[in-house]
Amino acid sequence: MSSAHSSASGQPASFVSRLNLQQYVVYLGFLAIFLFFAIVLRDSGFLTVRNLSNIMLQTAPVTIMAIGLVFVMSAGEIDLSIGSTVAVSALAAAVTVNDYGLAAGVVVGIGAGLLIGLLNGVLVAYVKLPSFLVTLATLGLFAGVSRSMTNLRSIPVTDSSFTGFFGSGSFLGVPSLIWWTVVAVVCGHIIYRETRFGAHVLATGDNSRAASVSGISVPRIRLAVLMISGGLAGLAGLLYAGRLQAAKYTLGETDLMTVIAAVIVGGTLLNGGKGTIIGALVGSLMMGMLNNGLILMGLSVSDQMIVRGLIILAAVAVSLREKSR
Amino acid sequence: MNANVSAAAEPVLKLKDIRKTFGGVTAIENFSLEVRPGEIVALVGDNGAGKSTLIKIISGVYTPTSGTITIENQTVAMSNATMARAHGIEVVYQDLALADQQTVYMNMFLGREPVNRFGLLDRRRMISETETLVKELDVRIPSAHATIRDLSGGQRQGVAIARATHWASKLILLDEPTAALGVAETAKVEEIVESLKSRNIGVLIISHSLDQVFKLSDRICVLRRGKQIGIRETAKTDKNEIIAMITGLQQH
Repeated sequence: MSSAHSSASGQPASFVSRLNLQQYVVYLGFLAIFLFFAIVLRDSGFLTVRNLSNIMLQTAPVTIMAIGLVFVMSAGEIDLSIGSTVAVSALAAAVTVNDYGLAAGVVVGIGAGLLIGLLNGVLVAYVKLPSFLVTLATLGLFAGVSRSMTNLRSIPVTDSSFTGFFGSGSFLGVPSLIWWTVVAVVCGHIIYRETRFGAHVLATGDNSRAASVSGISVPRIRLAVLMISGGLAGLAGLLYAGRLQAAKYTLGETDLMTVIAAVIVGGTLLNGGKGTIIGALVGSLMMGMLNNGLILMGLSVSDQMIVRGLIILAAVAVSLREKSR
Repeated sequence: MNANVSAAAEPVLKLKDIRKTFGGVTAIENFSLEVRPGEIVALVGDNGAGKSTLIKIISGVYTPTSGTITIENQTVAMSNATMARAHGIEVVYQDLALADQQTVYMNMFLGREPVNRFGLLDRRRMISETETLVKELDVRIPSAHATIRDLSGGQRQGVAIARATHWASKLILLDEPTAALGVAETAKVEEIVESLKSRNIGVLIISHSLDQVFKLSDRICVLRRGKQIGIRETAKTDKNEIIAMITGLQQH
């Protein structure tokens, strides 16, 4: 594949193949899956506006979490705890919003995410434990917390301003979930690409010693990315609670794998130092499309999981192949 | 060659009676050295002689147990590398401390990125300053946009030295700048180091290659087991004397 490209353009092979493979694989994959479903499912309603906009709405929480994970992975860390942070935040917000209104619900919901991020961050950055183990532990810990918070009960969200703001509402004709996605992607992209903080995140993940001797506070970066991830997982929880008008401990349970897949497929390296927010957006849309298409094709939940798992494997293979060059 | 110039100018760095102990172990004792602007001083000694400890003291990583560090007539107390950089001292580490997957210009400004009035990275400025400096120092890289991992060892070393040159107002510390390089690349890096003289900053170079030391330095300072054995003007000594000083086997 790469040799075909290089002979066509006449530029040095290594340069061209690297650019193509790393940067465009997600777009090509997105297109390929889209075309595949568009053809195979042309009679099943895949291409209807309603179905496509449904994919966008369902993808919003995953995209928001993926943005946080791009920061975390670019800094050379991982955050597995987002899988249970979503439910904790959604439940905390649901309980609060019913009694104290929208603002309190938002503060408590996002605050819960930030606090989990703070806990992860302190353990990783200052106690110097590996983020994989820390967030694996907090994933389990907060899965338990979310179950005990309401004794496995589902909490309905009755506040209509909350469900409008985070779920069914729209602004200028565009659904609020799309607004949240756009705002998060644009802000995330600017912070990641155009600020000193973003540059320091990349430097930390690329070569933490170099970052450190250059005056970058590596622990502070590690703390910050995990708090961003926790806060955004909290926001994802609010979006779930708003859209479903209820919160339950199962929210976000199956998202962890989807989010990681979206980020890696999007072109963010597992080991840090390189990533993209836009790629993560396309990656999560691709995952959403995949879920949607597989359901329309009539695959069972277990088959869907298998296919998604295989796609993650393929993505990791491409990612690591690039890294070892 | 420029000994007259150097002698007239005030030293950029003055170390006086530096002593460093770790617990009961003395790593450096009674070390004194002056580096003048436009001067290249070589620090030589066998493994374990205390060169690394000394670098860490000058770069602010270690605080000396006793003794004074004077930078342009100002006695300073440094407790971290950031403070040393604020005093105009830059270090080119043996591992270069480059972020491999970032561009040359991002590495040039690592940790000190300029921003515009919106608080966003001023890439245009980083790129143009990088291109200017790289041209001045004749570091031959494809472009300021090149990614570090696509560069050769010599080019990387060139980038690391260019970065230090860009930020150092007083002194550059070079730790084994050519240890990992081939013959042609070594010659190129030596050329770059030599060109630093005209920038009126002091250079302290650590090298295991005596050929290189004699080629580049104005003075040579010898360390052995934490003790300062002596300082010689490069023009007035020879390899045999320096080797004798390093090994402690005087054969007169």
